[in-house]
This record gives sequence, C-alpha cells and structure tokens, in this order.
Amino acid sequence: MNGRRLRHLWLEIGVTAGLLTAAWLYLAGDRGYAWTSVPTMLGAFRDAWLFDKFGEHVVPSLVRLGLGFTLAVAAGVALGVLVGSSRTIRLLSQPIISFLRSLPAVSLLPLSLVLFGIGTAQKVFIIAFVCCWPIVLNVADGIAELDATMLASARSYRVRGLDRLRWVLIPAIMPRIFAGMRISLSMAVLLLVTSEMVASANGIGFFVWQSQLTFSIPDMWAGIILLGLLGYGLNLGLQVVERRVCRWHTHLTGRDE
Amino acid sequence: MSAQLLEVVDVAKTFDGAHRPVKAIERVGFTVAEDEFVSVVGPSGCGKTTLLRCIAGLAPPTTGCTLLRGVPVTEPPPELAVVFQDYARSLFPWLTVRGNILLPLRRRRDIPGKERTAAEAIEAVGLAGFADHYPWQLSGGMQQRVAIARALAYRPRVLLMDEPFASVDAQTRADLEDLVLEVRRRFRMTVLLVTHDIDEAVYMSDRVVVLSRPPSVVKEELTVGLPADRHQITTKELREFARLRTAVYVAIKGQEAPSPQATAATAGG
Repeated sequence: MNGRRLRHLWLEIGVTAGLLTAAWLYLAGDRGYAWTSVPTMLGAFRDAWLFDKFGEHVVPSLVRLGLGFTLAVAAGVALGVLVGSSRTIRLLSQPIISFLRSLPAVSLLPLSLVLFGIGTAQKVFIIAFVCCWPIVLNVADGIAELDATMLASARSYRVRGLDRLRWVLIPAIMPRIFAGMRISLSMAVLLLVTSEMVASANGIGFFVWQSQLTFSIPDMWAGIILLGLLGYGLNLGLQVVERRVCRWHTHLTGRDE
Repeated sequence: MSAQLLEVVDVAKTFDGAHRPVKAIERVGFTVAEDEFVSVVGPSGCGKTTLLRCIAGLAPPTTGCTLLRGVPVTEPPPELAVVFQDYARSLFPWLTVRGNILLPLRRRRDIPGKERTAAEAIEAVGLAGFADHYPWQLSGGMQQRVAIARALAYRPRVLLMDEPFASVDAQTRADLEDLVLEVRRRFRMTVLLVTHDIDEAVYMSDRVVVLSRPPSVVKEELTVGLPADRHQITTKELREFARLRTAVYVAIKGQEAPSPQATAATAGG
C-alpha cells in the first residue's frame, strides 16, 4: 500500500469516526419519540442479533436473498447470452425487456403475493424476477460486443459448444456479469425488506416493521443498522470477488494501481 | 517435388459495401507443397488478411475454395493452426500461458500427454518458467511466442500466420522470425505467412506469392533460391537476397527498380 492510499484510508476512518461521534452526541440529548441514544441502539442490537433472534429473522432473510439473487444471476446470464447471440432475438425482445425492466420493482409485490403467498417463494420470485434484467442487459451487450479476433481465435482452434461457453464466452463477459450484479444487489436487498414488511412472519424487514408497530424504537434501530451493515458487507464481498475473478480485466483496462 | 498439401483454387471475395459490393479479392490461386514455407505479400489493403481468413475456413470465399490434401475447407480443420497479428486479442487473458495452450487440445484425442505437449511447446519458444504467467504479465514479443507455442502444441500440418510480427519492435521481430524458422524445422511444419514486409517474406520463405492491389490477383510467384539455413546478417548480405527483394518490390509497386537514392530511402520500410 503506497503513501497516498494509506493517507486516504486514514482520512476515511477519521471522517467516519467523526460523523459517528457527532451522531452519538446529538442523540445523547432528548430528540423525540423516533430517536434513541446510541448506547440504547447498540444494546438493542446486541440483544437482538447476538444471537437471540439471529436464527429467527436473519437466517430466513439471508436464505431468501441468497436464493433469489443466485436465481437472478443464473437466469440473467442464460437469457443474456441467448439475447446477445442473435441480432434477431435482440431486436424482437427489446421492447418486452425494456418494459419489464422499467416496471418499478415494488409494483410486482401484489402480483407475487397472489402467485406465491407470503412465504419464501414469493421473496425469491420477486428478487429473481426484478434483479435479472440488469444482468440480462449487461450480458447481452457483452456478448454482442465480443472481440472478433478473440472469437476467430477460438474458432480456428475448434473450441466449440460447451467448451466455448465455459472457457471463452463466460470469462469474456465476466466483467459485464459483475456490472449487472452490482446494480442488482441493492435492488435485491430493497425487495427483500419491502416484501418482508408487507407480507411475512419473520425476516429482518418484518422485525423492523414489527418493532415500529409495537413501539420498540431501539429494536427498530437495531434492524435498520443491521440492514445497513448487511448491504455494505454484501457490496464489499461482491467487490472482493470481482477483483479476484476479473483480475485480467482490471489489469487490461488499467484500473489497478 | 513433394505433393501439394494446400491448394488455393481461384478464391474470390466480395463484401457488401455501404452502397455497392466491394471486390476485395478478384481471383487468387496458388499451391503450397508439403514442408514448404510460402509467403504472401502485397501492398497494404490488398486483402491479405481476408485471403488468409478464407484459407483458414474462418470466412467463406465468394467463389473458389481451398483444398487441404484435396479436401475442401469449409470450417477450420484440425490440421491447421493460425497465429494472428494481434496477440493481445487472440490469446485469452483469463487463462495462463499453459491454459491458453491446453484449451485447444481439450477435445484432441489424437494428442496424448497434453500437459507434456504443452510443456514441450512452451520450452520450444523459449518460455520455460512462464507457464503459469498470464499473457498480460508478458511483453508483446513473449505473448506472440505464446501464440506460436499454442499453434505448435496443436500439431498442425499447416501453420497459417497473419502478419505475426507486425505488432512487435524490430529486434523482437528478428528473434521471432528466427524462432519460427527453427521450430518449423524441428516440428516439420508447412507454413503460409501473410506479411507486408518484403524483407521478411524473402528472408523466411522458399517461395513468395505477390498479390496486386485490390481487387487482388496473383501478380507473381518467385522461388527463393537462398541456402536453407538462414541468418539475419549473412543471408541478407547475399546478392540473391538483394535481387529477390528488388524483384518483389518491383512486382508490388508495378514499376522498374527505382534509382539507388530512392532505394536507400525505402529500404527501412
């Protein structure tokens, strides 16, 4: 790590700590019904998540998110490869895909409830359905823009069929897959929480909503903080995986230091 | 004279232009014998690369065909390997040197001991110790060596090379020329080289096919009567080398040999 990056890191830590302290001090006074002091929030956080209600609420949420997002990526890549491979399919499917991806994510909540009830299936469905479109579009663009020399090279050495998909096409579009996943991930968390608030018997979103309804404001805050940390951690994890998997791309595009 | 291994039979290629069809290749025919090294040279933009793509089975000719041992080439045959000009895009950056060389061998049942074959090819191009590097960790010249190793490991009858040294510096180019001559002898390969470099064509080949400006036809075929063992300095000092170089130059430019001053001025190109 060079000097400049080290300074940036210290600055980042300093500013974050400063803002947290400011919030701490601000909330130490009486700020009304919706607020509570930071120690109370942290206490509620510890009581709820370490690890009393972890199994009851966090695990179901993570399972839903994991299943839905995995399904979104799988479907997104498959559909994207299909759409990107043929100009005709791209032209024909373009209006439909544009419409589907333009739907505000939560507008499908009622439909998903009618179709799947209030269980895990409904959450998995809505996450997978909404989150696959950014991946479809990115992958389709990536496939359509594949380098001609690279394809000729694969063809001249008779790398075909599944070998071509596994060793040439998928790696080549991996940066695009990750670009789609970055967009989708925050949408996935949003849909998870919304679904759990509207219709669920457990989950972190349910917990936040329920805490508010039962006037346990510290618990509500504990849920909000956990959701923030969850989103932050997932994004960070995705970045780490991307940097590893797409090392060649980072290098070729000169984005590394 | 050994048998004709590769026959290019009246290949013509017309592209759909924006307004009207563009004829890139009028009619090109020549043959390459077993173990022969043939170069195709021509003025820039004469459709050399298009011709090579047609010969490799990567693009269909509008009319005519290529015969490999008498069999028409309709898709890239396993007896044929291509080294492209742009190594940065013909190698797969997500695979290591070894991975790049092994990928084309995955479905080759006729090549036993694939790891050994790959290692041997890597050694032959002087990259022993770099098998686990990624292409982008290597210099341009080394990357083109990887591309050559990939072709060697594929055990082709014919090696097609499309301006393989056009993207590397002059000294690397000389090294790679000699490397190709060496491995060609070691692996007993027939080579068809497409280049715009007259010196390179004469230096490396047994025969030079000169194409005209587009729409291309074969303007001239010259047999290179140089000793089989080539050397960057001594071969290029031979009177025969100078004669051939002038002959190719004249055939390309379609004019008599220029005055000595002008020759000196263009010799570097």
